[in-house]
Amino acid sequence: MNSLQANVSKLFTFSCVDGPGNRLVIFFQGCNFNCLTCHNPHTIGICNHCGDCIAVCADKALSMNKQGKVVWDSSICTQCDKCVEICPESSSPKTRRYTVDDILNIIMENRYFLSGITVSGGEATMQLPFVIELFKAIKNNDELEHLTCFVDSNGFLSEKGWARILPYLDGVMVDLKAWQNENHQWLTGRSNHRVFRSIRYLAAHQKLHEIRLIYIPKIQDMDEHIDSLTELVQDLPDSVNIRLNAFGIHGVVGDAKKWEPCSQEQLNAFADRLYKKGITRLTKTEVFQ
Amino acid sequence: MNNVTDKLLGISTDPLLSFKQKAHYLATEADASLPYFPLSEGLKLAMEQGTVCDLHEGHAPYKPRYVLPDYGKFLKQGSAYLELEAPEDFDEALNCLSILYHHVPSVTGMPVFLGHLDQILLPFAKGLSEELIYKKLRLFWIMLDRTLPDAFVHVNIGPDDNVICRAILRIDAELKQIVPNLTFMYDPAVTSDELLRLVTANICKCSKPHVANYPMHRDTFDEQGFGIVSCYNSLPLAGGSNTLVRLNLKNVAEQSASADEFFENTLPRFADLVFELIEFRTAFLHEQSGFFDSFLVREGLISEKRFAPMYGIFGMAEAVNILAAKEGRTDRYGHQAWANDLGCKISSELEKIVAAKKLQYAWRNMALLHSQAGLSSDKGVTPGVRIPYGDEPDPVEHIKALARHHQYYPAGVSEILTIDETVKSNTEAMFQLCKGALALGLREFTANVSSNDLVRVTGFMIKLSDIKKFKEEGSRKNTTCLGAEAAETVGILKRAPRVISYELASGER
Repeated sequence: MNSLQANVSKLFTFSCVDGPGNRLVIFFQGCNFNCLTCHNPHTIGICNHCGDCIAVCADKALSMNKQGKVVWDSSICTQCDKCVEICPESSSPKTRRYTVDDILNIIMENRYFLSGITVSGGEATMQLPFVIELFKAIKNNDELEHLTCFVDSNGFLSEKGWARILPYLDGVMVDLKAWQNENHQWLTGRSNHRVFRSIRYLAAHQKLHEIRLIYIPKIQDMDEHIDSLTELVQDLPDSVNIRLNAFGIHGVVGDAKKWEPCSQEQLNAFADRLYKKGITRLTKTEVFQ
Repeated sequence: MNNVTDKLLGISTDPLLSFKQKAHYLATEADASLPYFPLSEGLKLAMEQGTVCDLHEGHAPYKPRYVLPDYGKFLKQGSAYLELEAPEDFDEALNCLSILYHHVPSVTGMPVFLGHLDQILLPFAKGLSEELIYKKLRLFWIMLDRTLPDAFVHVNIGPDDNVICRAILRIDAELKQIVPNLTFMYDPAVTSDELLRLVTANICKCSKPHVANYPMHRDTFDEQGFGIVSCYNSLPLAGGSNTLVRLNLKNVAEQSASADEFFENTLPRFADLVFELIEFRTAFLHEQSGFFDSFLVREGLISEKRFAPMYGIFGMAEAVNILAAKEGRTDRYGHQAWANDLGCKISSELEKIVAAKKLQYAWRNMALLHSQAGLSSDKGVTPGVRIPYGDEPDPVEHIKALARHHQYYPAGVSEILTIDETVKSNTEAMFQLCKGALALGLREFTANVSSNDLVRVTGFMIKLSDIKKFKEEGSRKNTTCLGAEAAETVGILKRAPRVISYELASGER
């Protein structure tokens, strides 16, 4: 059958924060953004087998095989994460490969608990052929076709890319990291033109489930451009949810670690401004650091 | 005798107890000071070790541990002893129940079963508007909490959809009282998804109700029915449980050189001692206490033949981990298949042991196996077949690891799943979890919504190493838990909390 393999950081069988209901979530390895505020920076890079991590592993769970690739023995790993801390590529040796069948088996085993599955990461759309094959297989399976297939994305995928996965897709949750291109470029390393195009494209095809804003007071420019943000939201179908999350420093590395986490008061103030402008379908996070 | 006098005086003058709490503890102490039955040396030793435990039920049991009156019958016939005519309307029905509750004994002195309320009240609800039913039941609910302040006073509702069931769910979520405890019976053939969604949305708000696997319970008992009482004990309706004796599997494992020895020698040996104690206790209750001369029996609300001794077990997790270590393995209960399989083997073996022993004072002449919820005085041993607190995998893995045990425990078994508060804005996840759990054969679904300090937020993962670091820091700070809160309350308010659980606290005096 298919020998496509996914490069995966982690897989959860229970999540109530990655889409509606209880979902199986796959965090793919590799991202085409390089956000200063990334909470899982070890999912950004692709391992180049430099081997720097081998020396710091106290469990001796890492080694170099004959093909010159770093190999991870998960059975003796105590998850101290020293390897992740030292990795110069923002990557991790603790990744796994899955075939479509591997994941289907896991979904089968847990199907009574699931409302659907979500692909996240990293950026799952960087492994688009795999994701398409996976969603197709789910939709073609009598026991699993009722499970909704969602993508959690940075929105950088082209319209052509979305068009390919559209027939098997139930919903997309898109992160909008900043409004102005300069602010976005600084925060993520990329321009946001394609993000806006993805939002509009998906909305037009009734596949946009949610826009996610991580509110970073004083650093990010959402406050200044709140009117334009409002206009965009009002242009979108009523079914699109707007989720507000508060910036926190958990998991963050580098300069952003020194930035001020967003408090409940700050988030509420931002939400209030949106409410006053007539945006009602907001979901605010319950979690603050 | 001085020791007893001192104890009694201590209770009498305890500044932290209300007068009712004092009365309860004085009675318990008096009962405990009587000479015990002539136990065998083996049993005496096992009790001293804590391997066999009578949960401080008392040395001269004068009432059954749990009583489940047929409240439906009562509402149809009234009571000669209580000089009550059969009720004809909703108010009279509630009044009759309120009265009868105070005449239903249990190990705590308060009724552990308040009835299958929607079933028995529905006939009296004709002609009443939803709002009026809500108003009356709301007052009733407050009355229950203020006059029966024990956490394990228990109401059952479901599986049908009706105005009483919905009113109770609405009231329970609104008032968020500890009392009464509440179980919704779920039957996939009868209960709509919409109603189950309402139930699971309630769980997100106040961690109640528990959701019972109705077909599983119904098939365990007979046509006369059953009730779910106290924490999650399932027992015959119009009957109950005469006594509960529990076996500490951790201790049994510690005294076994290997898993083989456990099954061939130590487990059967200690298991027999449990029967010995059950026989002493039930004989006293049925032959000497005179309890079954009660009006409850005379008026047909309970039957002496429908009382089942409960054969309780706890410390399954520790037993498995200890036996794994003795076999030279690092497998952990709840996490590795080998350990989970061993646990199921123990449950299966216990089922055989209990089925093989004929008992005189027992419904169907047999004890009922029960996964016992622990006492607050238990140290270093996990309740029932649960995964140790702090070692639990995610909820789905948790359920999958334990579901296989549930078929073996007819008198009740329950795991407490802890779900982050983020589920409150995604109640569909609770619904899905509950439905999946019951489909997998869980006898009962109980979820506690409370956030750990590290909570997963959308789209990202928390590293295990972070959790470890956090736990290390957390142990140096004050953590809130029931015990600490209670201690603070006691200190600040200079009295014991208004609502406690007499059962859980029974080992503490």
